[in-house]
Amino acid sequence: MAKTPTYQSGLEKFNRTSNGINALFTLIFILLAIACVVPVIVVLSISLTDESYIRETGYSIFPTALSGDAYSYIAKQGTMILRALGVSLLVTVVGTILGVLLTTTMGYVISRPAYKLKNFLTWVVFIPMVFNGGLVSSYFINTNFLGLKNSVWALILPLAVSSFNVIICKTFFRSTIPDGLIESAEIDGASQFRTFFSIILPISLPVLATIGLFLCFGYWNDWFQSMLYIDNQNLYSLQALLNSLMSNADALARNSISMGISFAELVATMPKESARMAVAILIVLPVACAYPFFQRYFITGLTIGAVKG
Amino acid sequence: MSTKIERSKIRKRIHWRKQDTELTLLALPTFIWYILFSFLPMFGMIIAFKNFKISGNFISNVLNSSWVGFKNFEFLFKSNDAWIILRNTIGYNIIFIILGIVLPVMFAIMISLLHSRKASKVYQTMMFLPYFLSWVVVSAVGWAFFSFDKGILNQFLVGIGHDAVNWYMEPQYWPYILIFLNIWKSIGYGMIIYLATITGIDSTYYEAAVIDGASIWQQTRFITLPMLKMVIVMMFILSVGRIFYTDFGLFYQVTRDSNSLYNVATTVDVLVYKQLKTATVGMASAAAFVQSMLGCITILSANWIVKKIDSESAMI
Repeated sequence: MAKTPTYQSGLEKFNRTSNGINALFTLIFILLAIACVVPVIVVLSISLTDESYIRETGYSIFPTALSGDAYSYIAKQGTMILRALGVSLLVTVVGTILGVLLTTTMGYVISRPAYKLKNFLTWVVFIPMVFNGGLVSSYFINTNFLGLKNSVWALILPLAVSSFNVIICKTFFRSTIPDGLIESAEIDGASQFRTFFSIILPISLPVLATIGLFLCFGYWNDWFQSMLYIDNQNLYSLQALLNSLMSNADALARNSISMGISFAELVATMPKESARMAVAILIVLPVACAYPFFQRYFITGLTIGAVKG
Repeated sequence: MSTKIERSKIRKRIHWRKQDTELTLLALPTFIWYILFSFLPMFGMIIAFKNFKISGNFISNVLNSSWVGFKNFEFLFKSNDAWIILRNTIGYNIIFIILGIVLPVMFAIMISLLHSRKASKVYQTMMFLPYFLSWVVVSAVGWAFFSFDKGILNQFLVGIGHDAVNWYMEPQYWPYILIFLNIWKSIGYGMIIYLATITGIDSTYYEAAVIDGASIWQQTRFITLPMLKMVIVMMFILSVGRIFYTDFGLFYQVTRDSNSLYNVATTVDVLVYKQLKTATVGMASAAAFVQSMLGCITILSANWIVKKIDSESAMI
């Protein structure tokens, strides 16, 4: 990925597949690429299709009877959807910041060779990579002991740290930051906090970006924590809302009853099918628009994980 | 004299400095996180050997509930489900491991041979998209295709004169659907890992090969594939290490938890989740315990093998 020369040498031009093979491969990749983006197109077109058309003919890959009903419904009556959007944004922002802080501090501390508890803390980070308590006992600790049931912290805290990210940080600090830099800060009388926050973090932006992006996308896409810990509909994230809408599209009407119309009436007039896909679009569109710009960082993170260096 | 100096040196090394206090404080929040979210659950696993009640405070429950020894495990392994679930978990994982190496390697080599670098970057980016979709969204997309009355597939089938298929009720199609979706979601990710290695190969190898008159196929066979061997072996061993774990979202969300698909789509993770939600804690905790133990053993042995092959790539 990294080295792509802008020109092609004569030898490179000579040593390449025949035009026929190239055309065949191109065709294969065009088909594969289409297969990979089709979901977004399908969801988008359903969200833009007129409700009565869906009821008669069913879903279609390309939008046929265009209508913006789903989106105007969301804008007008979608208190529930807007609240879910708020929860998703809050969890993503708070979780990413907290996660980056917890991960980098630990990564920095275990990267200091002279630190007395280095070996102990390295084991603390390492053991969870090979052994974990499993879902059942985590669930009971989180609900009965820490009281996280139906709390927004249940969506944030359990995902904040991963040993894998801590190790990435540690490797980065160990290999790119010269010991002399930290030592000179020590000689100048800087505390470790100061060294970390005003010297180490500013020069570690690549690793901050990598970990921050993994956390950010992880929080935005998480639905499992909601399924486990959240029963209260007011704390649903977009993912949890879509999840419940997939089994019961009427749920969307529940919060709008106070508007003066009866529940039955609301269910009948609501663009159920398209509104549900509009929620999916709210989830997918930011992700689909953002990831091409940050692909570089994801590739760095993934290749460090798989190939290590 | 000399021993005195050495002793003072040693004392100096043992001496706890101000930096150590500061570093400890810096690591404290994360340390507490690890205690609460990683290590407490490990001790909580003893509920697998207890007759655990859900109500009330966790700690007093654990202490007060009676020991039942291996009753929960007996119960788990005596049920017919245990074997179906073990078969599903390991069976799917074997297929995922094989296809998850062969296809990404093949496509990574193919995409590196494309003439246009720009186009190959565009395809790569597009194929990376499914990696960023959550299983809830994939499940919604699946519904758009497989729904009985409105689904795109059934419209197509009826259009060409077939009968509509009630997809979520017919288990025979699902192994293929699940395998397809798993590959579809992870192909971009796999490709990127292998492509990173391919683009890192020194171009002089290929130049020398061209001068010797090697064809593209020979270059792939004798340069690219051998260079990829190490990464392939690592990826293989790492995924074998996780053979008792499956992607819960794939097996639970995409199948919409349909009862008809129980036999083809229930894996350990799905079983544990379902039993946890239906409050059969005994069996759930036993299953989770077995999964953690087997998982630990396979990961450690995989790591041991990696270390034998190439100590640089090992985790420990």
